[in-house]
Amino acid sequence: MKIFVCVSLVPDSTTKVKISDSKKSIDENGVSFVLNPYDEFAVEEALKIREKNGGEIVSISFGTDRSKEALKKSFQMGVDKGVLIKSASNDFDSFTVARNISDYIKTQNPDLVLFGKQSIDFDGLLIPSMVSEMLEIPAISVVVKLDIIDGKVTAEREIEGGKEIVESKLPVIIGAQKGLNEPRYPNLKSIMAAKSKPIEEIPASYSGIKVGIKEMNLPPAKASGKIFTNGKDDVKELVKLLREEAKVI
Amino acid sequence: MSKNILAFAETKDGKFKNSAFEVVTEAAKLAAETDSEFTVLSIGTDLQNQAESLAEYGVKRMLTVEISELNAKCTSSDFKYSPSSFSKVISEVAKSENTGIIILSATSLGKDLAGRIAVRTDSSVFNDCTGLRVDGGKITATRPVYAGKSFTEIYSESENIVITIRPNVFKAVKSSKAEIKTGKIDINTLNLSETDFSTRVIDVVVSSEKIDVAEADRIVSGGRGLREPENFTLIENLAATIGAATGASRAVVDAGWRPHSEQVGQTGKTVSPSLYIACGISGAIQHLAGMSSSKCIVAINKDKDAPIFQIANYGIVGDVFEIIPALTEEFKKVLSN
Ligand SMILES: Cc1cc2nc3c(=O)[nH]c(=O)nc-3n(C[C@H](O)[C@H](O)[C@H](O)COP(=O)(O)OP(=O)(O)OC[C@H]3O[C@@H](n4cnc5c(N)ncnc54)[C@H](O)[C@@H]3O)c2cc1C
Ligand SMILES: Nc1ncnc2c1ncn2[C@@H]1O[C@H](COP(=O)(O)O)[C@@H](O)[C@H]1O
Repeated sequence: MKIFVCVSLVPDSTTKVKISDSKKSIDENGVSFVLNPYDEFAVEEALKIREKNGGEIVSISFGTDRSKEALKKSFQMGVDKGVLIKSASNDFDSFTVARNISDYIKTQNPDLVLFGKQSIDFDGLLIPSMVSEMLEIPAISVVVKLDIIDGKVTAEREIEGGKEIVESKLPVIIGAQKGLNEPRYPNLKSIMAAKSKPIEEIPASYSGIKVGIKEMNLPPAKASGKIFTNGKDDVKELVKLLREEAKVI
Repeated sequence: MSKNILAFAETKDGKFKNSAFEVVTEAAKLAAETDSEFTVLSIGTDLQNQAESLAEYGVKRMLTVEISELNAKCTSSDFKYSPSSFSKVISEVAKSENTGIIILSATSLGKDLAGRIAVRTDSSVFNDCTGLRVDGGKITATRPVYAGKSFTEIYSESENIVITIRPNVFKAVKSSKAEIKTGKIDINTLNLSETDFSTRVIDVVVSSEKIDVAEADRIVSGGRGLREPENFTLIENLAATIGAATGASRAVVDAGWRPHSEQVGQTGKTVSPSLYIACGISGAIQHLAGMSSSKCIVAINKDKDAPIFQIANYGIVGDVFEIIPALTEEFKKVLSN
């Protein structure tokens, strides 16, 4: 099978966000970057499918040189090779990424394209479904279980209060949700092997944006709360406040 | 006169979801502020009967698609619905109605459709917004990024925009009742083909009859402080008393004490209920990411320095095994009066 996994590099989830002076991005000083956690589920699923069906896994990242880090992390888990679609600037949106990924994959006859369900930086939740329309390949997003038998795809998709059982055919696009699998940790051997895996660099095919950032802000500061320290004796007062002051009960 | 606005009203069990009324309220507001007309589109069964419930929100025009007629366009008819055909229907209707703005709720369905509709209609997308503003006739949106650690104001380069609004954040507000006209869309005008049914939902499994955290207006969540899975009956009792959904931290989901569908946080669900009660949860940054936009946060933790207290509106420093039962009793008492 020919499997593609799209990966992005994002600030570590423990990052305390500070806004840069331009107010259009975060201040990246001291921020450490990791493979997007949802993309780990996508990579793991690709590896499991390759174990069963054979084939090759190519990871794709759109971004500046830094995005090579995401590809390298996918190599350490076991991906065969990578493609960096090189963006000239940091100024792009979901549409730019989707367009570039689609333009590349269009020429590749994929059987399966895996994504994370969302990237934890801009939380766009868009790229898999946009790529689906651009490539006219069906997509199933927020997937927690995936079975592929003889080209027939059955997936479980998480929705409010339950799951949808979705059917489709190969080729298909999948957006991976937590629960799909347990991503493996790279071991010494796989880390060493990753060093010799090739990254092909190609220029971006498109650089327009549709959605621009006016301004980024921190959430409004919360007034410090009323914290009681007498344990059980404060319960009555708390309930009273929830009723009369906060008016939520 | 600007282009029109199309509001997609989602249904569940044959009725409009509450989030549909939020969408309609917002569409009406945007229409008034941009001097345009808005129309509601819905896909379901016998929706004409439901028109009056929309009229109360000022809706003057509703278009409907019968889901059985839609599904009949696919040769393998053994499925409930197909999200891929929904995006085709919405996009085709939007085009024929000279639509600029298409607005949906950021539900599972809405988020799944937004990107698809945007590509089909050559629109920008404002996904999962928590605020909308009209500025000199142009719409800008606020959306949380970095899991709510920042809020970003965004604008569109194009006048066509697909907007999804986060459920529970915008309020559904009734206005003076409108005279509503309804129309059924002739499915044959939409050029549907087999490829529009490329993904099909053959079954929907309801994990429980309980309210889902993502949709709930009140949530009681438990963390590792509960010590054992059995002790979550305390959480369930408290939740049942105030009609809340139950939530969980990742620590207890990873431990297998609670299902993943209950996880709140960066790799779980993002919630913004009016009341969020966190019990025995430390308030790790990834947990806060999912719930910090709740309107009122109550924390119960025995450690007075737990980070959860920094964002709590109210809190009690104490033992969950003492406080939760007492709180449940007190709620019962005041609610029965
Ligand atoms: C990539 C990534 C993504 C993550 N995503 C999420 C996510 O989506 N959601 C999430 O929740 N976490 C997430 N985490 C994990 C997060 O970092 C924390 O580990 C987790 O939230 C801790 O859960 P907890 O508060 O239940 O447990 P703990 O941190 O162990 O806290 C338990 C709390 O209970 C209190 N306590 C103990 N006994 C009692 C008692 N008897 N009475 C009262 N209080 C008591 C303690 O004082 C303590 O504060 C993520 C981590 C990573 C790395
Ligand atoms: N710059 C990128 N390069 C490659 N893949 C990406 C990039 N950004 C996002 N993705 C993929 O798209 C998924 C959804 O991202 P988003 O729509 O931005 O939330 C991610 O989990 C990745 O799999």
